[in-house]
Amino acid sequence: MDEPIRVLIAKPGLDGHDRGAKVVAAALRDAGMEVIYGGLHQTPEAIAEMAVQEDVEVVGLSVLSGAHMHLFPRVVELLSAAGAGHVLVTGGGIIPADEMAELERRGTGRLFGPGATLRELVEYIRAEVGRRRAAARSN
Amino acid sequence: MTTGKTQTSAAAGSLFDRWREAYARAGEREAALETVSSAPVTALATPADVAGTDWERDVGLPGQFPYTRGPYASMYRGRLWTMRQFAGFGSAADTNARYKYLLEHGQDGLSVAFDLPTLMGYDADHPRAAGEVGRCGVAVSSLRDMETLFDGIALADITTSMTINSPAAIIWAMYLVTAQKQGARLDQLGGTTQNDILKEYIAQKEYIFPPAPSMRLVVDTIEFAARSVPRWHAVSVSGYHIREAGSTAVQELAFTLADGFAYVEAALARGLQVDEFAPRLSFFFNSHVDFFEEIAKFRAARRIWARRMRDRYGAKDPRSQQLRFHTQTAGCSLTAQQPLNNIVRTTWEALAGVLGGTQSLHTNSMDETLALPTELAVKVALRTQQLLAWESGVANTIDPLAGSWFVEDFTNRMEQEALTLFARIDELGGVVPALEQGWFQREIGKAAYRYQRELETGRQVIVGVNKFVEADEDDHKLEVLKIGIETEKAAIATLADLRRTRSAAKAQAALSRIRADAQASVNLMPAFMQGAEAYCTLGEMVDVLREVFGTWREPAVF
Repeated sequence: MDEPIRVLIAKPGLDGHDRGAKVVAAALRDAGMEVIYGGLHQTPEAIAEMAVQEDVEVVGLSVLSGAHMHLFPRVVELLSAAGAGHVLVTGGGIIPADEMAELERRGTGRLFGPGATLRELVEYIRAEVGRRRAAARSN
Repeated sequence: MTTGKTQTSAAAGSLFDRWREAYARAGEREAALETVSSAPVTALATPADVAGTDWERDVGLPGQFPYTRGPYASMYRGRLWTMRQFAGFGSAADTNARYKYLLEHGQDGLSVAFDLPTLMGYDADHPRAAGEVGRCGVAVSSLRDMETLFDGIALADITTSMTINSPAAIIWAMYLVTAQKQGARLDQLGGTTQNDILKEYIAQKEYIFPPAPSMRLVVDTIEFAARSVPRWHAVSVSGYHIREAGSTAVQELAFTLADGFAYVEAALARGLQVDEFAPRLSFFFNSHVDFFEEIAKFRAARRIWARRMRDRYGAKDPRSQQLRFHTQTAGCSLTAQQPLNNIVRTTWEALAGVLGGTQSLHTNSMDETLALPTELAVKVALRTQQLLAWESGVANTIDPLAGSWFVEDFTNRMEQEALTLFARIDELGGVVPALEQGWFQREIGKAAYRYQRELETGRQVIVGVNKFVEADEDDHKLEVLKIGIETEKAAIATLADLRRTRSAAKAQAALSRIRADAQASVNLMPAFMQGAEAYCTLGEMVDVLREVFGTWREPAVF
């Protein structure tokens, strides 16, 4: 049996809309993951630091303020710089489809928009973490 | 409310019994026959459901206590609701152009959306503002931006609503000074500052300072409005954000009114007389998809407010007892899938607001789950209100649903359930202790999670999301509005120029006065107006308060 997936859920930037982040945190917990909720109004620096300290495999970011093009790549960069480039950065918010594609090109995992289901999200994280664990073992 | 799949009326008698038997034989279709708040609803109401209702005491007439049927005698036969679309994006100049567009298309009042740095008290050139300037509202870092925002719009002739909370007193001071520089007197100015800090801690989460100094700032504005800007609504007590955060309809009703009573008590503690300030308190509710639940909520809100204001706080002026409210249709009810359907949802949500007796209304645009709305989407949303007002006929009869056994019973039950929640808040020590304990936040979080699970099991149906899904949505593709990075660069340049050209001595003197007044517990509004006039920036003034008041972090719970 694999050990549980550790996930950090955080709200970067100034946006206070935390309904989605909290619902996702509760759903991942109920799916058996270990969830750390980082709370509101975090800087990308604080999120990357928390991710490293807590040794998570997944960082889930929620941004509904339109600042996603700034905040997502910044967290990816900071994690890489801290030697935690293996961490999956996923998340969601009000993000137009073309910008989601651009963010994925810049190193995030899949991003989720309004109407995404919790089941899709749980399945995606399990599959992606499974893939990354297998890759790490075979190296 | 009773539990069980379907609630049936308590009516006795053979006619009713015969119906009930026939109903049981016919059976129910496979669906959760509940409201969007997961509350059971009556299958069929009869006079027995409202047997305890005293029509004069509980329902009355419009413009008469307890105002269940509306705050004014003539309602929309005298004057239609105010059509007020919330707007703001990019630079002050961009938003100024949108306002002129809306006014040209028949909008009556302005409603300002500020960007997140402004809401959180940061200037556009602060490191924490990076990537956020102008994104979900307009950036206003100083009086100069406020002057640009209202350039060519006479503030003495229009009412303006401003959605601003933690730094509301400072932004309001900038508005007042802008109006004075246009030649207006303070007693000519009408409008609203949202300025509802309690719902920020509870739901919207754009707080800066701890609760005690935040409440002091709110009371400073209430007092200043009562004495110097008598046509201004200093606080718009807001349930909208509580509902958007995932609460049920009853939670929205109860938490919002509890917040309203907390402001009344804070102002009384300052030494104000209830009838000196209460006439200028106003409310802001959500209108969600469940049509009758919303109408019942609005009617119950008016009755609860009237009774408590009179009986507990001794309000004698009828205007202190009349709950007046703005409505916005539910952003959280809109879908990214098949977005044209959002026009239809918004239409009946708006209709519920009108049948509930709203004083002003914002209708959401079809594209708001995707981005800030385009000009076309905003126009359709405004036209939706104009269609309701001028074609549907619903504005011609006052409170047409009164006397419906179902609606009156629903209204009664909403009131009873709200009173139960008030008792719970009292047990926790009141609104501020309850939010410090994270109680509201947890209750809302639980309701949001339950709703999401009901969506996933299909118990709650959303067309286009979990039923009637289209794999290919090409015929629903919309253009979306994008805000470029130029706005941020231009705002930073404007601030650099401002800091270079203003009188540094005047700005310093104003900031020193703000510090002294903040420490000395005198009303801060005159100091904020001096700061605005001296072109102190928002961030500079808020920083002084951060030093004096400290800042707030909520317990991170989910």
